Amino acid sequence: MVHKAAPAVVVRDLHARRGKHPVLHGLSLSVPRGLVVGLIGPSGCGKTTLMRSIVGVQIVQSGEVTVLGRAAGTASLRGRVGYVTQDASVYDDLTVRQNLAYFAAVLGATRDDIDRVIEATDLAANAGQLAGSLSGGQRSRVSLAGALLGSPELLVLDEPTVGLDPVLRAELWALFHRLAATGTSLLVSSHVMDEASRCDRLLLMRHGEVLADDTPAGLLSSTGTHDVEAAFLALIAAHPSPDPAAREAGDL
Amino acid sequence: MNPRRTLATAGRVLSQIRHDPRTIVLLLVVPSLLIGLLAWIFSDTPVFDTVGPAMIALFPFIVMFLVTSITTLRERRTGTLERLLSMPLGKGDFILGYTLAFGLLAVLQSAVAVGYSVWVCGLSITGSVWLLLAVAVADAVLGTALGLLASAFARTEFQVVQFMPALVFPQILLGGIFLPRDQLPDALRAFSDWLPLSHAIDALQAVANDSQDAAYVGGELLIIGAWIVGAVVLGSITLRRRTP
Repeated sequence: MVHKAAPAVVVRDLHARRGKHPVLHGLSLSVPRGLVVGLIGPSGCGKTTLMRSIVGVQIVQSGEVTVLGRAAGTASLRGRVGYVTQDASVYDDLTVRQNLAYFAAVLGATRDDIDRVIEATDLAANAGQLAGSLSGGQRSRVSLAGALLGSPELLVLDEPTVGLDPVLRAELWALFHRLAATGTSLLVSSHVMDEASRCDRLLLMRHGEVLADDTPAGLLSSTGTHDVEAAFLALIAAHPSPDPAAREAGDL
Repeated sequence: MNPRRTLATAGRVLSQIRHDPRTIVLLLVVPSLLIGLLAWIFSDTPVFDTVGPAMIALFPFIVMFLVTSITTLRERRTGTLERLLSMPLGKGDFILGYTLAFGLLAVLQSAVAVGYSVWVCGLSITGSVWLLLAVAVADAVLGTALGLLASAFARTEFQVVQFMPALVFPQILLGGIFLPRDQLPDALRAFSDWLPLSHAIDALQAVANDSQDAAYVGGELLIIGAWIVGAVVLGSITLRRRTP
């Protein structure tokens, strides 16, 4: 694994709203380079808002987000950061290959690169099919393949393994680790606790706050538990979250 | 902005439409069918020769407005726009790519509508048929550009469909089809001078009757062109990379 001095992502005191609702209230964290970092937490805890802030498509109220040494959303970062939204964002009325060919043209990636990502996401058999005719899991892999084009230095993946069968899930996690081994930094969100053990590091989130930032083994030993779900519950018991309504009022 | 990315976007939009043959047929045939219906309704009167040119402006304008605004709105709603804006795609590349793709369809659609009106419905054109086609194309592209702009202000498909009566119908009512524009009340007459469709209809009627010189038609084309450029520029300004 490649470790460099500067982290891939540094977030300091980030405040952000999704629509009209305050979601992140002064969040700080960092994502080291060349690792698979899991962003684990229940639905609605702010994972997507945080990821949108990192790729620079979220309006933030205050705080700093630094990605690969630059302010998030800087034009020069757009080719260096790959982003997969939670719902597969692909064109249903194009084939898998046509979807990827368009994203490749926008990124300036080569034709060989299209074949590489089709192979990596196990879509070779479906390359000529319309994306709209694929299953949910296949469509989300097309979305993932699009983010792999051009070998970005940072991959921000919002629940990339939802709805996939266990074999495919294991394959994708193996792919994530292969990418990390070549120096890519990955931030992967999930609300499935058993995926946490597959990550190099974990960020546990709840109500827009980071409860823990540790390796899976470190987390289990510091909480004295045997699985991540139990560790998560132990952390919640140790840090009772203030009433979210009172917090929102204080925030506004 | 980057020509490669603009053309890739235009090519992508065209391949999306290619997978939808029914839309292609509707786009190309519906305006001509409506013009044919109008010619049939007025078959024993001289009315078709006076309103026919305006119809060549009207139907492609409406069809392109609707198709474009709904397609771009769909892109906003499915998350593909968010994805593109997190990638190195210029906002101008996106809007211009759409304008080029639908502009090409507009050329085909207008050619079919003009050809059908003149050679099948017997619309009498005293001026140049080519000039007529040029104005018709400019007009359909105008529909595309305004549709792109309208979709920026709509959050749902329901809203975007409401923009039709809000933005398009007043232009039809004031464009000189129901009553020649010089017979409108002064205030409405002055207002109609500012609407792009009025100029499109004026230009088409001038070509059909050969009542004005080419410089007049050129001037009207310039006004339509300015509206197209204005809508495209405004459309790319209203596109936001960061959303709440």
